[in-house]
Amino acid sequence: MSERQIQLEVLRYNPETDSAPRFQTYAVPCLNEWVVLDALNYVKENLDPTLSYRWSCHMAVCGSCGMMINGEPKLGCKAFIHEYGDSIRVEPLAHFPIERDLVTVVEDFIAKLASVKPYLIPKEDKPVSAGEFKQTPAELMKFKQYTLCINCMLCYAACPQYGLVPEFVGPAALALAHRYNQDSRDGGRDQRQEVVASDEGVWECSFVGACSEVCPKHVDPAGALQQIKVASTIDWYKEHLMPWVKK
Amino acid sequence: MEIIKTDVAIVGAGGAGLRAAIALAEADPKIRIALISKVYPMRSHTCAAEGGAAGVIKPDDSLDLHFNDTVGGGDWLCDQDAVEYFINEAPKELIQLEHWGCPWSREPDGSVAVRPFGGMKIKRTWFAADKSGFHILHTLFQTSLKYPTIQRFDEYYATDLLVDDGRCQGFTALEIRSGQMKQFQAKAVIIAGGGGGRMFPFTTNGAIKTGDGMALAYRAGAPLKDMEFVQYHPTGLPNTGILLTEGCRGEGGILVNKHGRRYLQDYGMGPETPVGQPVLKTMELGPRDRLSQAFWHEQKKGNTVSTQWGDCVLLDMRHLGEKKINERLPFVRDLSISYLGMDPVKEPIPIRPVVHYMMGGIHTDIQAATPLPGLFAAGECACVSINGANRLGSNSLTELLVFGRRAALSAIAHVQSGLATSNDAALAAKAQDSENRIRALFAKSQGTESIAGLRKEMMHTMEEGAGIYRTGEELAKTCDKIAELRQRYAGIALHDKTSVYNTDLLQALELGSMLDCAEAVAVGARDRTESRGAHQRLDFTARDDQNFLKHTLAYYHPTEPPRLDYLDVVITKSQPGVRDYSGAKQ
Repeated sequence: MSERQIQLEVLRYNPETDSAPRFQTYAVPCLNEWVVLDALNYVKENLDPTLSYRWSCHMAVCGSCGMMINGEPKLGCKAFIHEYGDSIRVEPLAHFPIERDLVTVVEDFIAKLASVKPYLIPKEDKPVSAGEFKQTPAELMKFKQYTLCINCMLCYAACPQYGLVPEFVGPAALALAHRYNQDSRDGGRDQRQEVVASDEGVWECSFVGACSEVCPKHVDPAGALQQIKVASTIDWYKEHLMPWVKK
Repeated sequence: MEIIKTDVAIVGAGGAGLRAAIALAEADPKIRIALISKVYPMRSHTCAAEGGAAGVIKPDDSLDLHFNDTVGGGDWLCDQDAVEYFINEAPKELIQLEHWGCPWSREPDGSVAVRPFGGMKIKRTWFAADKSGFHILHTLFQTSLKYPTIQRFDEYYATDLLVDDGRCQGFTALEIRSGQMKQFQAKAVIIAGGGGGRMFPFTTNGAIKTGDGMALAYRAGAPLKDMEFVQYHPTGLPNTGILLTEGCRGEGGILVNKHGRRYLQDYGMGPETPVGQPVLKTMELGPRDRLSQAFWHEQKKGNTVSTQWGDCVLLDMRHLGEKKINERLPFVRDLSISYLGMDPVKEPIPIRPVVHYMMGGIHTDIQAATPLPGLFAAGECACVSINGANRLGSNSLTELLVFGRRAALSAIAHVQSGLATSNDAALAAKAQDSENRIRALFAKSQGTESIAGLRKEMMHTMEEGAGIYRTGEELAKTCDKIAELRQRYAGIALHDKTSVYNTDLLQALELGSMLDCAEAVAVGARDRTESRGAHQRLDFTARDDQNFLKHTLAYYHPTEPPRLDYLDVVITKSQPGVRDYSGAKQ
């Protein structure tokens, strides 16, 4: 296993002691197979116990360790040292207020997630005793991709529109709404449209597609948003031009 | 100190905590619910479970078969009344989750699909590809957003239970963002804080799994049960400990040693089955304890493959083909390629056993109640004794649901049982004591011990003494070492004395939790002079039903090792027998 020294430049900010964010550089001996999170853990354990960041699973599924690595939103646990040069700059996720060091304030995202009613609103009530809803593999495939979001918020950090208009519901939350809308068991689309098709909903998206590019789980939120736009447009036409046609 | 009054407070917002919260909200919209977690709910480690959740659903299956697999799998240390309740409730809970939108994998006719799993005689493991825990967690979290009475306190770390008048009436918790202590005053508390696999150096467990929930209950007087039973999962990636699900073998993956031999046949799990046609409950579909033990023997015999990350055996999935791997095991493929640089479609993957799960935990009865009135527990942090000495894969995701709900129902009954008025002054005083304990960490000017240093020593001694095979001599050393580390822990000081998101403080508190739990593991293992399930002693190789058909109960002492007591296992219909995973029997 080859070892290599890197300069890890980390944004530091403690609201109690710092008037503004600053960078601190650590020399970290890294194994080539390490991820950036391993380098941060090395710093925390050996060089500086005061550094704060979130992490847990180290396998790209808990979504805790989203951060800007050399300016790009990445999961710290899936950004491999060997893909970088000898100097790596780590900052908190863009577009979110800094709580401390690499830890951001994420309440806005959590509230947006909740706002789209991201739960099954069943077409028909069915007691548990009546067994499962049938859903064919093809029906599952219609929304499966959109269930894979780990809420890491990289897409919000990549989305220029969210940076400009913080009210924008944003990629992950809208993709999640789409996930339930596309579920054969669900009948709640009308209820979700209030938020999804609002001015702050899909229409705020300028289709840059950065969200899908950075998504570590290939959820393709941009694709979901386009599908929502098409469906919402059809709704509009039906409502305004063909009011006699039931939605 | 701010006081937050609620009816039921839940510590931990993973699978069990969320399931409990939803059950409370559904039972009665007037119940006030506080759901506290040191992380945002979807970060909880339930998300890392891959393989699936067991529950009888198909016509060829039966509750009796699930019962027998579970009890035999647990080497008869399971409480059979608890197992009976569990298997009965399991299918209902999995269907409930389906009704909440969980994207279970499906058969062509639209019914839920089931896959084979280790130690199970029939295919009964519901799965959502190989991200079952992830989907269960997100389905529960998203569903919980429907209920306005579930009040979440994300990123709060519970520090001490508040016990007065002989019952648990809440706890203190640190708001991580501000560093402020809050007093949660509750009529009932449910702990759903997960396991503590991080006390070992090589584990599938995420950083957050530090046994905090177990330690909370333990320090407040509730015993920890059967802590010596630690599950090694046989197939972890050797460099990171990342789990490759048992589903790999359920789908037909095989294990071979450096000679290409399917060595499991040499450890009572033969004869060899045809490659790619897995036979239930034998060979690669034996139970986890037996497979991990077989690895240990192969290593001793020199049959393992030597890699830069240590000795390994090979998990070969190539014969499954790219299509099946992509459909059933996409995450496994992604993880192998990303973290090991090897593609299971093209090459066998080196793996080795890795600490995965704690069968032991906070002692509860089958109502999920601990001996401390007002305190309930569910999930990995609890030991309701359905897993006995060795958990079968895919029983724990179901356990979260069944006993998360059960804990909620018990908590409601407790809240409605006409509790005496609480003594607010006494509770406030206890909360103040708790805050003082944290303040003292800040007050110390310099410590002689480092948190990372003590943690490393703990992990090392746990691996040395409390691994796959154990001896009295090594365990005695480990017990002494942990006792020493607990003493030295008093000498730690914080480098970070600020309030906002102080992870130095959190790691100090987590280390305290792990040391307490680790001592219960080591002492329980030292005094269990038999071999059963995941607890294997080289100096006491046989199972001893005469003396040890019993649960170990460890009672906390602040400065001494725990006091141990024993409790008879509940046997209803299955007398202890031979665990036979040979194909010949079938």
